[in-house]
Amino acid sequence: MKWITKLFTSSIGKKLVMSLTGIFLILFLIVHLVGNLQLLSNDGGESFNIYAKFMTSNPLIKTVSYGLYLFIVLHTIQGIVLLLQNRSAKKSRYAVKTNQNASWASRNMGPLGIIIFVFIVIHMVQFWFKMKTGALDMVEYAGQDAVNDLYTPVYEAFKNIYFVIFYVVSMLVIAFHLNHGFQSAFQSLGLNHKKYTPFIKSLGKIYSILVPLGFAIIPVWFYFFK
Amino acid sequence: MKLKLKVWRQKSANDKGYFEEHMVTANEHMSFLEMIDVLNEELISQKKDPVAFEHDCREGICGTCNMVINGRPHGPSKGTTVCQLHMRVFNDGDTIVIEPWRAKSFPIIKDLVVDRSAFDRIIQAGGYISVNTGQAPDGNAIPIEQAVAADAFDSAACIGCGACVAACPNASAMLFTSAKVNHLNSLPQGKTEATIRVQKMVAQMDLEGFGNCSNTGACEVECPKEISIANIAAMNRDYFSSMVGSEESV
Amino acid sequence: MVLENKVPQGKLADKWTSYKSSMPLVAPNNKRRLEVIVVGTGLAGAAAAASLGELGYQVKCFTFHDSPRRAHSIAAQGGINAAKNYQNDGDSVHRLFYDTIKGGDYRSREANVHRLAEVSRDIIDQCVAQGVPFAREYGGLLANRSFGGVQVSRTFYAKGQTGQQLLIGAYSALSRQISLGTVKMYNRHEMLDVVKIDGKARGIIARNLLTGELERHAAHCVVLCTGGYGNVYYLSTNAMTCNVSAGWRAVRRGALMANPCYTQIHPTCIPVSGEYQSKLTLMSESLRNDGRVWVPKNLDDAKAIREGSKTALDIPEEDRDYYLERRYPAFGNLVPRDVASRAAKVACDDGFGVNPTGLAVYLDFAAAIERYGRSAANTKGMDPDKTSKETIIQMGEAVVENKYGNLFQMYEKITGENPYKMPMKIFPAVHYTMGGLWVDYNLETNVPGLFCCGEANFSDHGANRLGASALMQGLADGYFVLPYTVGTFLADEIRTPAFNPNAPEFKEVENDVSNRLNTLMNIKGNQSVESFHRRLGKIVWENCGMSRNEEGLKKGIETIKALREEFYKDVFVPGSADEFNPELEKAARVADFMELGEIMMHDALDRKESCGGHFREEYATEEGEAKRDDGNYTYVSAWSWSDDGNHQLHKEELQFDNVELKTRSYK
Repeated sequence: MKWITKLFTSSIGKKLVMSLTGIFLILFLIVHLVGNLQLLSNDGGESFNIYAKFMTSNPLIKTVSYGLYLFIVLHTIQGIVLLLQNRSAKKSRYAVKTNQNASWASRNMGPLGIIIFVFIVIHMVQFWFKMKTGALDMVEYAGQDAVNDLYTPVYEAFKNIYFVIFYVVSMLVIAFHLNHGFQSAFQSLGLNHKKYTPFIKSLGKIYSILVPLGFAIIPVWFYFFK
Repeated sequence: MKLKLKVWRQKSANDKGYFEEHMVTANEHMSFLEMIDVLNEELISQKKDPVAFEHDCREGICGTCNMVINGRPHGPSKGTTVCQLHMRVFNDGDTIVIEPWRAKSFPIIKDLVVDRSAFDRIIQAGGYISVNTGQAPDGNAIPIEQAVAADAFDSAACIGCGACVAACPNASAMLFTSAKVNHLNSLPQGKTEATIRVQKMVAQMDLEGFGNCSNTGACEVECPKEISIANIAAMNRDYFSSMVGSEESV
Repeated sequence: MVLENKVPQGKLADKWTSYKSSMPLVAPNNKRRLEVIVVGTGLAGAAAAASLGELGYQVKCFTFHDSPRRAHSIAAQGGINAAKNYQNDGDSVHRLFYDTIKGGDYRSREANVHRLAEVSRDIIDQCVAQGVPFAREYGGLLANRSFGGVQVSRTFYAKGQTGQQLLIGAYSALSRQISLGTVKMYNRHEMLDVVKIDGKARGIIARNLLTGELERHAAHCVVLCTGGYGNVYYLSTNAMTCNVSAGWRAVRRGALMANPCYTQIHPTCIPVSGEYQSKLTLMSESLRNDGRVWVPKNLDDAKAIREGSKTALDIPEEDRDYYLERRYPAFGNLVPRDVASRAAKVACDDGFGVNPTGLAVYLDFAAAIERYGRSAANTKGMDPDKTSKETIIQMGEAVVENKYGNLFQMYEKITGENPYKMPMKIFPAVHYTMGGLWVDYNLETNVPGLFCCGEANFSDHGANRLGASALMQGLADGYFVLPYTVGTFLADEIRTPAFNPNAPEFKEVENDVSNRLNTLMNIKGNQSVESFHRRLGKIVWENCGMSRNEEGLKKGIETIKALREEFYKDVFVPGSADEFNPELEKAARVADFMELGEIMMHDALDRKESCGGHFREEYATEEGEAKRDDGNYTYVSAWSWSDDGNHQLHKEELQFDNVELKTRSYK
């Protein structure tokens, strides 16, 4: 089994980890966004809370979510390892900085990633941790068992201008991270093809704009219109 | 045209480097290196130490010349080595900042001269086809599809200058290594050793202390031979399949 | 001194085969104990070092570059010849042999050239097996193109970068031996002298260019693959560091410099644009397939162009002189290099030059663009006569771009002019040196144990080299000749123990080298090495360039002597000898060039005939064509150097048993 350690400690293997975990997280974002969009329905949070209940109780989704936590941690740790290694491979920098040969996002995946990680931690403490520790009130809807009222803390948070700004900025950071990360994940996997790569790149661009935009609209909507 | 140069000077690997300013009068038909020649002649006439820089063929093929000009390896022109960069792309009164390749695995020897022997060691690890002189079958014994030969050529066009490493914010040598791996692995003659080759060359590349590829694509943009990062993807593929699928291991 | 060429007996076509099967061999166990030094890692050096390593010798290989892959073989553009006859156009070993002998103006050794033609086929096989991505046909088989001076298609190529691809092949073979430990590689080491023990070459003194330290390296024999000396002219298509020093130091230790006056001037180079120019860039010979060479018919037009008041496009068709087509109707723009170069010189000497310096002629693609455009239109089912001129030109430009795109791009990069719209300006430039160390059939110099391969020797090209033959010779020597012939020397050395680099002979030579470097350092004059090199180049170019005459050569010899004296009084080398010091490296090389330049002129003076790259104005036909003198000059001149100016000429008579000596005519 020596080859496994060798694979995952090699520079290309490390990128494989980043790529696979990254793709998983990209997919997760869609699921998460679908849930969050429930917040926009005008039912006082019912569909959102039911959705939240489903996400935290369905055994299959629970299993996947442990994978998710693991992958977030793995992606972060590996990312930090790569960042440090890459920094040490290029100890001295050029006096003249240029962005003419690579996008700003691609040059700053590490720092962007760290900001995102901080956001995730705050995000988890604020919503997920409360839900898991039973710190939330319970509400009942017709024909359902009582569920945690996650909607209320979300509503309160989104009425706080500082939090809304923090949230929107974080989404912007995610957008940049995705903008490079999406197509980069495919390149790391070795999927570069004259015919398909342009398509993957465009898809990545669209995804990196639409998904963070979808997330960011919600707090803005709450703040101004709810 | 009058130019202000800020040139990196460094006595040796262990000395501290600094920028030195010089005014140079050049004309637009000069190549960039001829402009440096003018500066050096001037320095020598003042009994000063000329700026050490590497250069040889001055026609863009030997891969010896290496300078980062205003933050860009080989300067601003696309698909061009420093020796083929001409002064007409600059304007009278410009300030030009000239630095050496910067990467831990390319230690500075003097001024703009760096040690790129890590590249040689990567090639020595597996950048060859094991055929002794005299063992070869007839050149036409194995037909090679025209497109395959052309792609192999595009990868083989690498001049080993190191601009990819210099351009990469991580000082990764993936473009260099993958170009060689891909050149050989894509040809029928190179397929027999493909598995071992990619493993050995990647291992050596890692050992040399180059950074990890983060797909910024800066290498491809600065490569004077415009070698594509599709080579990197292809090497990733070869590497995974050789590690996972093959029984051979080094 | 009698120069024994050691050409084996027997029929020309059988010599090499039967010689190989009867030459003494060295057993594998003995090979392991025998050390060989190879200096240089171009095609010849890398190929030789790799092949010797494969055979089991202990090889030490030296290059002054930072990597073996930088040698100037890398810059060869066009291709490599081989008598494969893949095109079924009547090619054969004999035809390649004949073309090479004739192209060399009957001044090369038959047996060597025949062997070259024989092994040319193996080279292609070897290179393909190494992964050299030669151009291929749609069917997947190797493609060929034709080159100047021959009537068959035998040139194998990899776009315009054949030399690079072949060198990478040789470099990879060398890298493999380095990783196997049979070759020990010394990068950034410059050989500064040969060490002889009991008359045989047994080692070298090399300078570690990073530290300035002198190192003694011993071996059983030494192989020099150190390239050509075109940089004696300062401006040439050679790389900046190409030099004669290794060969020249060997000459000073008793080897002979053969045919130094044969220099190849390549007709299609980008002209000099100013005094600051450091090197010249070649435009591949293949351009002459489609480009038409011309100058204006009227001196006034030429003057107007030089002054910038007119351009090429202002000269109507009837006022253009397509002088190659006019003078050589049979070959037209495709005459051999020496002929094309001289014709350009004549045009410019007569005042028809078309750039500000007056030293350029046009290479015009307009006709080809139109021709290809019409043909492309035809293919697309459009009537060329009814199609607009713009469309035709557009289509023609696309075809030309496909064929020569990278060369046109390079031209535009360097000159800033668009060659699709404006004719290219070209002028001849020094490109290759046919002369080099004298070697026998075994590629061994007259110093036992000192071998010489590739451009550094004189052996195969006579007075003029055909296009795409330099790569062929370098690889032939390195892969297929030297690894065998070195055995003829080493077979007698199997009992010789390894040499001690601390032997007095080594110390003595090291002292000489050290004194030489210190002399250069201690002059502390006022002029840069570069300025001397420029002046030297000018002297050699003016007096021993495209055409020579007695008066000029005699004057040249005196001017060089004076320059050398001035050099040793007034050169300034910054820094010190015990550090990384590129100026000192250059100074030592220029010092050697100054001596070589003198020998070149002596040789040119001695050769009272015109042949190939050596054109003596006194020996020309009435129409200005070269006139050979086979009765008196069918010999190789091999020179030894003497500090008092009393250089000795040794002659090796050339014998032609298989070809008839004819006057080359391209009319």
